[in-house]
Amino acid sequence: MADITNQSLNEIIENVKTKKVSSTELTKAYVKNIESAKKLNAFVTTTFDQALNNAKQFDNKPNFDQLLPGIPLAVKDLFCTENIKTTAGSNILNNFIPSYESTITKNLWDHGSFLLGKLNCDEFAMGSSNETSYYGNVINPVGDQLVPGGSSGGSSSALAADLTPATIGTDTGGSIRQPASFTGTVGLKPTYGLCSRWGIVAFASSLDQAGPMTKTIKDCAIMLEAMSGFDEKDSTSINKKKEQYSKNLKDNIKGLKIGIPKEYRVDNMPKEVDELWEKGKKILKDLGAQLIDISLPHTKYALPTYYIVAPAEASSNLARYDGVRYGYRSKQGKDLIEMYEKTRSEGFGDEVKRRILIGTYVLSSGYYDAYYLKAQKVRQLIKKDFDDSFKKIDAILTPSTPSSAFKIGEKTNDPVSMYLNDIFTVPVNLAGLPALSMPAGVDKQGHPLGLQLIGKTLDEQKILNIGYAFEKNCGFKNEIKKWWS
Amino acid sequence: MSKEKFDYFIKGEKGKYEVVIGLEVHAQVLSKSKLFSGSSTKFGADPNNQVSLIDSAFPGMLPVINEECVKQAVRTGLGLNAKINNYSVFDRKNYFYADLPQGYQISQYKNPIVGEGKVLLDMPYGSKEIGIERLHLEQDAGKSIHDMDPSNTYVDLNRSGIALMEIVSKPDLRSPDEVNAYIKKLRSIMRYLGTCDGNMQEGSLRADVNVSVRKEGDTNFGTRCEIKNVNSIKFMQMAIEYEAARQVELIENGKKIDQETRLFDTKKNETRSMRSKEDAHDYRYFPDPDLLPLKLEQKLIDDLKKSLPELPDKKKERFVKEYGLNAYEANVLVSEKEISDYYEEVAKLSDKKLAATWMMGDLFAMLNDRGLDISKSPISAKYFAELVQAIKSGEISGRIAKEVFEIMVESGDNPKKIIESKGMKQQSDPKELEKIINEILSKNKDKVDQYKAGKEKLFGFFVGQVMKLSGGKANPQLTNEILKKLLKG
Repeated sequence: MADITNQSLNEIIENVKTKKVSSTELTKAYVKNIESAKKLNAFVTTTFDQALNNAKQFDNKPNFDQLLPGIPLAVKDLFCTENIKTTAGSNILNNFIPSYESTITKNLWDHGSFLLGKLNCDEFAMGSSNETSYYGNVINPVGDQLVPGGSSGGSSSALAADLTPATIGTDTGGSIRQPASFTGTVGLKPTYGLCSRWGIVAFASSLDQAGPMTKTIKDCAIMLEAMSGFDEKDSTSINKKKEQYSKNLKDNIKGLKIGIPKEYRVDNMPKEVDELWEKGKKILKDLGAQLIDISLPHTKYALPTYYIVAPAEASSNLARYDGVRYGYRSKQGKDLIEMYEKTRSEGFGDEVKRRILIGTYVLSSGYYDAYYLKAQKVRQLIKKDFDDSFKKIDAILTPSTPSSAFKIGEKTNDPVSMYLNDIFTVPVNLAGLPALSMPAGVDKQGHPLGLQLIGKTLDEQKILNIGYAFEKNCGFKNEIKKWWS
Repeated sequence: MSKEKFDYFIKGEKGKYEVVIGLEVHAQVLSKSKLFSGSSTKFGADPNNQVSLIDSAFPGMLPVINEECVKQAVRTGLGLNAKINNYSVFDRKNYFYADLPQGYQISQYKNPIVGEGKVLLDMPYGSKEIGIERLHLEQDAGKSIHDMDPSNTYVDLNRSGIALMEIVSKPDLRSPDEVNAYIKKLRSIMRYLGTCDGNMQEGSLRADVNVSVRKEGDTNFGTRCEIKNVNSIKFMQMAIEYEAARQVELIENGKKIDQETRLFDTKKNETRSMRSKEDAHDYRYFPDPDLLPLKLEQKLIDDLKKSLPELPDKKKERFVKEYGLNAYEANVLVSEKEISDYYEEVAKLSDKKLAATWMMGDLFAMLNDRGLDISKSPISAKYFAELVQAIKSGEISGRIAKEVFEIMVESGDNPKKIIESKGMKQQSDPKELEKIINEILSKNKDKVDQYKAGKEKLFGFFVGQVMKLSGGKANPQLTNEILKKLLKG
């Protein structure tokens, strides 16, 4: 039998259902892959024994009616997993073992899957290259010098390297879509409120959203279906009927109106990105969609707005890591204040400290109105841009990122250039909209590039459908050589 | 009732000073579970036994508003005649402390759930209206315990996350007595509503006290100091007196008052500087992104309004009208819901006016002596009413009634039974009384002569003798009548 891991989630599920492969065989194959891929540093924690046990249990008493029957899954280490260490890529949580399971992972397990391990990520999901992780940087399987994107870099790397059949990440400003774009995979940031935030280590509460990362659009639909849904434990969760995204997946997009925003171009954007965008437009047009030029005039303010709102919320969200109740506590410090200072100085990395400082500053008395309040107003304008446009279109097509994967270390000393990586993804988080990054081609170095589809609130099905049609006609194939094993 | 004049001023060398006081009362919401978690709020549990993952701020935990707490805040707002805001926002108040697990307190800053309202106080110099600035909901913090170990601080998170209502008054209070009346009125309203038990010993009601002074007649406010977290009315009053005197002394000595936060040291009876305005925390308030703005349907507010119980002010009016009480009596009898309930039960079965007099006299004195709430009274309302009726009908005299009352307190017995078994019934038979009186008069012929000669003071002597001979049971009114008649003859 051919490599049972080098397939889409949907195919793997079919193989399990038709008993071509057992859950145990599948799990063993992934364990083998993971063990031979240590160079990628995609995992912080592996749970092989537990996974093999779960697989055995499934095989003994299989239930093939589930969405994810006997499927092992690795997840970003930002999701709290019961009795399994959860670090958020930080030293300050290096010994933290939750007694609870996040709603999202619980949903996945309830659909028949089980945990394979916890995936590396930027510390507290703050980063675009997975270089801020306390557990070391992650390598992109596309090339041994390349970053896998971030913050869900362990997730994108593991997925592209066949270390998990699908995975989940979190996206605060592009942390699912940018790594997906960098690794030639699919990543979806759902509508804010579609997936519960309960049990996910918080970065910026009003922007954080979990979503699927998969090899294909169909896989993405399956995963979204399994993980999404109302959760009364999250006050920002949307109470609506559950959708059957995979069953309702259609590739007929005839007559759909696709908006092309003129503002999604940046200085020095590689020609390939522009060409790819053109290619995307042509494919959709050929499929019967109608292209409509639109303007999202406040786009240029999205990045500065994001870098006020997200750090502000983060500075407050991360206050709980104080060494008092759990996690890392410095052994030094002669009183409470000093204990705080040492614990947080030693526990947090530079990027996290930078954002805590920015966030503390923009919320400070005397600066609040000029920064935070103004950012909130701009955020409304950005949202309004989208709302206005969506009155006449069904979805928006843009590049996912202004470039392909960059080199490890290339941007670590230049935070602003790092932040610019999120320029196309950030507006979507500020507006709370769903957006999909789908692989569309490669640049001249052969590195994958993605296109982004932005949908209306709760219009995940539509962008999945467009993506599905696009995928069938794009002809992209992720050619990754397993150089690491 | 004659009205006294308001007269609370601090006398300095250079004139009289008026004291201006505003209170921020923290009232614990009466609810089974905390403001944003399902943990119990019961008082007195072992440390850290009522703490959820949310209360202790574990990673990924999210707050979910407890609707009952919201309703309680709305009820309280309605009880304070306040504007209920259909739209309010929860904010984060950020600061680090060991007993604040989140590193922020969820509170309401710019958009509180309740806006302006008012509370009426009955003062000896007339009724006075105290403005309410706002009421907002917020989480309580945990408790740091510094004295259990020489080198460590222990933290108890049982209180962490319990819902508090912060009720902010306008700077309308002018004396410790008004503060006393205000706190008692607030407590009474909340207890009527069932929104706060008002138990100060258990910390259910505490206050930050803002104090400033100004020369009598000045219209501008002086610089204020805030005395943090005072947990009894007595301490509030002591702190205000100390603080006002301190401020007057500074002014008289030509010194400036610094706006600052102070602590009241209950052992030394003084306030001490805690932190100056410059050291004040920058709380970096911002809307909590984990919670959506709180939108209240008008129907919910209207329904809550309809279901409110009769509150003290209304009840007082009714007591005056329905039971013929004077304002003072009515005020005392409505001060606590349990007292008013007791009174109404008694009044239904006996003379309303006499019932009020006896309740406010002997019953309250007895409860006070024993440190009992009326709900724990050894005399039931029904028996108390029977006692009142026995007095009213002339069956027993007031003096005997006091004896019966004592026996009722000790035995819990029915007054009728006590009166009968002890033969305490009043002597109201005119023939019997005449017999006794004649006996007295014949024994004291000299005094009778003196009386007739004009020494009318001796009348009291004869009454006393009658009482003595009858064992206190002679009907005083009848005794008077017969005695007068016989002395004339």
